[in-house]
Amino acid sequence: MNFDFSEEQKQIKDQARKFLSEKCSTKTVRALYNGAGGSDAALWRQIAEMGWMGTAIPEEFGGLGLGYLELCVVAEELGRALAPVPFSSTVYLFAEALIAAGSDEQKKRLLPKVASGELIGTFARAEGPGAVLPKTIRATLKGGKLSGTKTAVTDGMEADFAVVLARGSDDAGERGLQLALVDLKAKGVERRAIGSLDPSRPAADIAFEGANAEALGKLGEGWQNAERVLQHAAVLTAFEQVGGADVCLAMAKDYAMQRYAFGRPIASFQAIKHKLADMYVNNELARSNAYYGAWALSTGARELPLAAAAARVSATQAFDYAAKENIQTHGGIGFTWEADCHFYYKRSRQLGLALGPQRAWKDKLVGELERSNA
Amino acid sequence: MDFEDSPEEAQFRAEARAWLEGHAKPKIKREASDPLDERSDPAAMKRAREWQKIKADKGYARITWPKGMGGIGGTPMQAIIFGQEESKFDVPAGSAFAIGLGMCIPTVMAYCNDAVKARYVKPAVEGAEIWCQLFSEPAGGSDVAALKTRAVKDGDTWTINGSKIWTTGAQFSDYGLLLTRTDPNVPKHKGLTMFYLSMKQPGVDVRPIKQASGASGFNEIFFTDVKIPDSQRVGEVGQGWQVALTTLMHERLAVGGGQGGGLDVAQLMQLARTLELEDGPAIKNAAVREKIADWYVRSAGLKYTTLRTMTALSRGQQPGPEASIAKIVVASKLQDISAFAMELEGEAGVATGEDAPMHGAFQMGWLSAPGLRIAGGTDEILRNIIAERVLGLPQDVRVDKDVPFNKVPAGK
Repeated sequence: MNFDFSEEQKQIKDQARKFLSEKCSTKTVRALYNGAGGSDAALWRQIAEMGWMGTAIPEEFGGLGLGYLELCVVAEELGRALAPVPFSSTVYLFAEALIAAGSDEQKKRLLPKVASGELIGTFARAEGPGAVLPKTIRATLKGGKLSGTKTAVTDGMEADFAVVLARGSDDAGERGLQLALVDLKAKGVERRAIGSLDPSRPAADIAFEGANAEALGKLGEGWQNAERVLQHAAVLTAFEQVGGADVCLAMAKDYAMQRYAFGRPIASFQAIKHKLADMYVNNELARSNAYYGAWALSTGARELPLAAAAARVSATQAFDYAAKENIQTHGGIGFTWEADCHFYYKRSRQLGLALGPQRAWKDKLVGELERSNA
Repeated sequence: MDFEDSPEEAQFRAEARAWLEGHAKPKIKREASDPLDERSDPAAMKRAREWQKIKADKGYARITWPKGMGGIGGTPMQAIIFGQEESKFDVPAGSAFAIGLGMCIPTVMAYCNDAVKARYVKPAVEGAEIWCQLFSEPAGGSDVAALKTRAVKDGDTWTINGSKIWTTGAQFSDYGLLLTRTDPNVPKHKGLTMFYLSMKQPGVDVRPIKQASGASGFNEIFFTDVKIPDSQRVGEVGQGWQVALTTLMHERLAVGGGQGGGLDVAQLMQLARTLELEDGPAIKNAAVREKIADWYVRSAGLKYTTLRTMTALSRGQQPGPEASIAKIVVASKLQDISAFAMELEGEAGVATGEDAPMHGAFQMGWLSAPGLRIAGGTDEILRNIIAERVLGLPQDVRVDKDVPFNKVPAGK
């Protein structure tokens, strides 16, 4: 039985934690909150120098070729640090879409730039509120031209390239869907920054009006390709969520130990102790589910769709609970702008929504259970 | 990251399997076995004792114990591997021995002299003698140290008066590990002393308790002028609480996963596939699917947490505190899944047994769940344990801490 990360992987994690503790405190996040929001460009460059973007990108495409387990441990540390960088959009989504669906030429052209940190990428699916389904995708890719509108695209303003789920033919449903690769600086691309629940993870609405774009993968496989990418991103994001949830528990604990009320530390009240114990239980369950997702992702197991959905749901629940109850444990001070609690509260929802809400993932999860029991 | 045995583990697994093949038949169908049935059925009990003896002779009865005491001095991982292999064979569950071997005898081994160990360890590990644990009392449940059963010394003999409650399997037990109050004039934790005694001796009156579920797994035991020689003391006079902590530490390792009667998401899905709701098949209903997913991630999370614990054991490390979360998760999930399944059954959900869907499995689960949330440490006590021992939060204010036990306020 070897259901844990290796010593080498734990070393990478320790190095990542040390690096981020020096380069990315909550002051980094606060500066963005107090300014115009967005990402920290200096931190992005430093992370690029560490080579993290290329962790799971094969060496032949300019990456380190380490693997997904190594990327998982880095993700956990980025989540702990609330790192305000377009890492998830670029690495978990854009690069994974290229790896999953791109031609050799497309990979050779773009992945080295992802690995070096020169290129910021993102992934665009939703076109409005509500569920994202094959029938809700109206953007079109025809004759190398992309038209339509995508909403709430994370890192949409800063991204150089996007992978866009679009309709490549008039066929209804999944059959007509295709992924499109588009240069966001090209003509026919209009971007508008929108307010973001988490100002350190910015978002944009993007309108395409006959913008030059190329197909990424085959027509009719767009939906499946997108689902595959989302599964990869769900596992990696689960590690960010678990990292964030663990910090919330530590913050709540530290505050409860030093805050006195009624003549004693509030950490000695069972109302607080049981809340923190519940956080711990949720976090441990989420961590274990994330580990199973990591195993499935790293081995390409056929259990990946189920493992990714379970990791996603479990981690979203754990981070949501830990973030809101961390504020509750802090009391009034936890609700102020000056306290750091709200950074985690906002990040927990941002991460919980950006790859699709729990409802959608739970439905996929049960669908996988139905298939495996059929 | 993988789920494979190490070469040493694979070798031990092969040895264990080969031995099992030579001594038992493979399991054909999974029958639901009520551990209490085994004890109340003399023929089943005889088979359980025989199998226990065969394992003890080989050293597979308690693998981590020394050779000659039913073990081979093996690792916890080897014990897990043997358990996995044994579960594939049609052999008695041996649940009658779980408390004795899991909690009582380890305490005897830690505190008693060689003569006592020589007398009691082997018969217990061979299944000849069954033990129970006599800690909880009507006035001391979660607050075990508030127990009142008195032991008074006269010469070399102690006289016991009082009562114990919630004692699993006492009606089938030969011996019991008994926590008593020997000095009520000091604070509660300091006036306790541990003994062992024969459950068959005069003055010991065992009465099964009928539970809310209708079953009788627990007992109340009354002690009236029961005489115990001082040689049956376990640990020093006044050190009973320290001795009890050894026992309880073993209990927390023993109680945990594998409980809940096997009722989980798979059974709920099985039910949902057969039922129609207002808007079509239950399995296609969005609310049903959300619930299934919620419980699935808790079950799966627990399963993979167990694998993390096993990994630590496999690497020769102490398992982390994650082992302590199992019962909190399992017990309330059992209660919630059962209640939800009955909601889906609708008006027909009031039926029980063979009159109910799926042989009344959910009704049975729902009826037994309150007990599981209480036994072996309530949900609340387990949360305190996580908060204090895992997270390091301070204990609650103890108003009885420095007060002599006989001056502590008590309810009726």
